[in-house]
Amino acid sequence: MAERPRPGGALAAYRALLGAQARSQAAYRASFVVDVLGNVGSTVFDVLTVLVIFGVTRELGGFTLRETMVIVGLATAAFATADLLVGNIERLPRYVRTGLFDAVLVRPLGTLPQLLLMDLPLRKVSRAVFGLAVLVVALGSAGIDWTPARVALVVVAPLAGVVFFGSVFVATATVSFWWVDSGELANAVTYGGRDFTAYPVTVYGGWFRALFAYGLGFAFVSYHPALALLGRADPLGLPAAVGWAAPAVALVAAALAAAAWRTGVRHYRSTGS
Amino acid sequence: MGSVTATVAPSRAPNVILWFRTFKAITGSGFRRYATYRQASVAGLVTNVVFGFLRCYVLLAAAGAAGTVAGYDRGQLATFVWVSQGLLAVVLLWGWTELADRIRSGEVAADLLRPVHPVTAYLAADLGRAGHAVLVRMLPPVLVGPLFFEVHVPSRWATGPLFAVSVLAAVVLCFGCRFLVNATAYWLHDVRGAMILWTVCSGVLAGLYFPLRFLPEWLQAVLWLGTPFPSLLQTPLDVLVERDPTGVQVALVGLQLAWTVVILAACRWVQRRAERHLVVQGG
Repeated sequence: MAERPRPGGALAAYRALLGAQARSQAAYRASFVVDVLGNVGSTVFDVLTVLVIFGVTRELGGFTLRETMVIVGLATAAFATADLLVGNIERLPRYVRTGLFDAVLVRPLGTLPQLLLMDLPLRKVSRAVFGLAVLVVALGSAGIDWTPARVALVVVAPLAGVVFFGSVFVATATVSFWWVDSGELANAVTYGGRDFTAYPVTVYGGWFRALFAYGLGFAFVSYHPALALLGRADPLGLPAAVGWAAPAVALVAAALAAAAWRTGVRHYRSTGS
Repeated sequence: MGSVTATVAPSRAPNVILWFRTFKAITGSGFRRYATYRQASVAGLVTNVVFGFLRCYVLLAAAGAAGTVAGYDRGQLATFVWVSQGLLAVVLLWGWTELADRIRSGEVAADLLRPVHPVTAYLAADLGRAGHAVLVRMLPPVLVGPLFFEVHVPSRWATGPLFAVSVLAAVVLCFGCRFLVNATAYWLHDVRGAMILWTVCSGVLAGLYFPLRFLPEWLQAVLWLGTPFPSLLQTPLDVLVERDPTGVQVALVGLQLAWTVVILAACRWVQRRAERHLVVQGG
């Protein structure tokens, strides 16, 4: 019977995993630099897309450029940080297919933290920093009437967004326990969610908006907090207090993702060799 | 010269019929290979459809109450978006690392021993893959779009054939670009940098994120003439939605064909250089 390691021991093990990762990723220095630049590039182009679209129109779904940029900033900062911390879980299908997940299961450490630390993508730090910069600039230029409640919200909302996107990453990855080749299916919700949250939900229509905004909860990541920060009434008629619902929604998402993960791990059967 | 590689012309006169039969066989095997990845096809399809909705709503919002933006009306925008989501999988903008993987593992040595030029062999297989993608990845978004959005249906007789030529050129051109990106593995140990630059640039500069006509005109000219990217998606899509008069459509496809020839020639040249340089570790 193997004993569970003391908490300090587990922490040291995680630290060793992280250190090994950092060293191996920095080994090919030129590649690492290109990787860092390339990663920030995709996020830069996402934000540029919004600017280009505002180059040909004055407003989008009833929102000006400055207002939309607050939404973009909240979405980008939250997604990029969640992608840095948890995004690598999207490699789970490969671990399941190759049987590497077996090795993870037999070690006396948590499965989820191991998977995340086994390939923590340090190159994505650039993306998270850029996302945060967009948020800061957007908040600075939006002419927000700062109150103590709004200051609290501007701290809490991005954190809730990180938890929410992290939960989406984990929950969608668990699909691969049942359906091995599901990689792209997860993209529809993770990257799809990122694109969805980067625009006011008034842009979308019909059942598609209902599904993504309220069924999956993406409206609470950036749209409703942005309305609360800007002091704008929701054109769709929800009360202003909904802007503060982000943390609650994020906690529900995290609980669902954790449940999905546990069910998935229990369901896992090795592909064998 | 004692070197035996596929790119050194064989001494006997090439048999055109035999060559064509080989090409067809490789194309067929490429088609069948991708037909076996059924789960992945369905998963990719769902993603394309979701992004179809996302991009379509955003571009329609950009058109706003006026109903037109950058020379596109609402129907043209909808057609542009939904066909782009299908075309993306046909030209296979992202996710092809086969050649780089084979170079890294040394398996590429087997490709060099075959009596078919590697560029030709990979192109033939890629055309088979594209043929499969037209049926499985392009048709569904093209059929789903009109269920939810008003789309533009081409009205000129010339548009159909021009679009077909344009898509074929885009597939070959995109293959050539991917081949070049993969071929950096002959010189670099880690191609992830080159791959990520390609991924980042190709999406936005091909017109996937927004129609390139949204950009200032001087920048459009620079992109079209100076880079192959607009020829990958934007040109076939502009041809299909009839954004320009027939003369401009023809000129755009001509430019696309010119880029295809240039890039394919570059592929052969790079392959030739690489073979002189390549050392496969035996064992």
